[in-house]
Amino acid sequence: MENYIITTKNLIKKYGSKTAVDNLNLNIDKGSIYGLLGPNGAGKSTIILMILGLTEPTEGFISVADFNPIKEPLKIKRITGYLPEKVGFYEDMNAFQNLEYTGQLNGIPAKELALKIEESLKIVGLENDRKKIVKYFSKGMKQRLGIADVLIKDPQLVIFDEPTEGLDVEVANQILETIRELNKTKQITFLISSHQLNLVQRICDKVGIMSNGKLIGEGNVKELSDNTFGGNKYQIEVEIIGDIRKVSEKIKSLKDIKSVSVIENSLLIGTDEDIRQEISKAITSLDNVILTKMNMKDFSLEDIYLNYFKEV
Amino acid sequence: MRSILTIYRKELSDYFSSKKFLILLGLVYITGLTSIYVAIQNIRAAAQSSTDALVFLKLFTTSGDVLPSFLYFLSFFIPIIGIVFGFDAINSEKSSKNLSRLLSQPIYRDSIINGKFLAGITTMTIIVSSIILVIAGIGLRVIGVPPSAEEILRIIIFIAICVCYGTFWMSLAMLFSVVLDKTATSILTSVAIWIFFFFFVQIIASAIANAMAPLENASLATQIRNFNIGLGINRLSPSYLFMESITILLIPSGSHLFLRAITTSDISNMILSPLSLGQSLIQVWPQIIAIIALAIICFAISYVVFIKQEIRST
Repeated sequence: MENYIITTKNLIKKYGSKTAVDNLNLNIDKGSIYGLLGPNGAGKSTIILMILGLTEPTEGFISVADFNPIKEPLKIKRITGYLPEKVGFYEDMNAFQNLEYTGQLNGIPAKELALKIEESLKIVGLENDRKKIVKYFSKGMKQRLGIADVLIKDPQLVIFDEPTEGLDVEVANQILETIRELNKTKQITFLISSHQLNLVQRICDKVGIMSNGKLIGEGNVKELSDNTFGGNKYQIEVEIIGDIRKVSEKIKSLKDIKSVSVIENSLLIGTDEDIRQEISKAITSLDNVILTKMNMKDFSLEDIYLNYFKEV
Repeated sequence: MRSILTIYRKELSDYFSSKKFLILLGLVYITGLTSIYVAIQNIRAAAQSSTDALVFLKLFTTSGDVLPSFLYFLSFFIPIIGIVFGFDAINSEKSSKNLSRLLSQPIYRDSIINGKFLAGITTMTIIVSSIILVIAGIGLRVIGVPPSAEEILRIIIFIAICVCYGTFWMSLAMLFSVVLDKTATSILTSVAIWIFFFFFVQIIASAIANAMAPLENASLATQIRNFNIGLGINRLSPSYLFMESITILLIPSGSHLFLRAITTSDISNMILSPLSLGQSLIQVWPQIIAIIALAIICFAISYVVFIKQEIRST
């Protein structure tokens, strides 16, 4: 348990007859960036609420930095920063005052707090906007202020719910860069709940895929890809014009072919060798078949995700 | 405790810098000063017609030909002040998406509602006591009669009752702010309840009393029954309880006679003299306790509902 900042065992949360989280066993490494994926209603937000001690599990065990969220919620909140999907600030106060209020709620002494606020604002690039009233902030600025807000307490764990939702690419990239930087320099563990798969793929060390309250897949993108698509070293995607079944049979007869899947007028070929030349020759040797496209495919998290939900 | 104080200080500073505070303060001062003007015009006649020596209290109770007394204005404004400080206490935090962020800080959830509640009471106390002290100061200057120790005590208790009454309305509005998500709905519900208690309960009480014990050609026993039914229904209204308590407290001569059915023969056998402070308090104690109990019940319900609520950011 020492290497895990979050551990859950057989965690269940029910709302009446509806099971929001179903027998969840989750281990999140200290100092990692963990992405929690899943459609709306998958149970991601309920897990976050249980981690913060804001709702009680119906059954099971949960531990955050070796604290029990039900019995010791304040200890957890002292070391955990949470940035909700829709972050709100007191709009008639300036950035500094908002952060000052957060610091006071965390019991940080005034002298130390002023330094921490300056440091946090600098990290998120808002040091020149400290006196600006928050209602004049853009969504991206508010999100960055939200990150500064969670940094005030020097957290060990930060939970982000859709951190780049609704932001333009440039701002989203800045935020991702900040997360990566904080993870690297301050060893902060991040739990990121998101729909944006490319974002999760770019920064997360490990991903958990949730559906109907269950963790249906977990690992890094490579592991998930192997589990999902058979673990072949290469996946070659081929598009043709002509009889796809005839081509499929021909390719199956080749040496080193592990799997061939037909998807509309294209084939997905699993192999441990790069045999694109052999495949090309085999296809062109067939009558009335034209090879239109062939490429080596890297599975994105989106492919894995879509495949999971195709199966579910 | 630290977190309650932090939230209390923030809320207090928000109230004092808010437009709603300035508007309310302005309204209360305008009406208060108008009523003192009316009282000063009529205080000599009122003092001469009265049997008691508590002239200073007449500053608050004397009305004019057109304008009512300060007591009436206050009974009208205190619920509004209470509602204004309570209707958006929690749901505005939810709608501004601040609540999730607040709850993720290392504070107990009840610190939020307790801090807001205490700040509301403090602000109400400041508004009510400041206008009463201003009126007392002007009255002192104009009529030239200093208040006696008993009058000062009565004024202090009067302020305390006003704050309790305002706290009831604030707790009720706060309850709606916990239960209802939209601030507009919570203020409308609170105002609707205030209008019901302030204007309609007396009409309903009278209608029910007349239906159950008609006064036409009624015997003395029926008339007393009619009075008691009406009084019983009226006392379900916090506004009526408040008016009863402050009237008896500030008008010690004779106002207590309206607490129960009394016949003219009873009056002819009485030696009418003003009630002492202790006697006045004994008369209004049930009303004061009822107002405090109502405030506690409303706050307790909002507290429990808020503690058990699951707050999500979306």
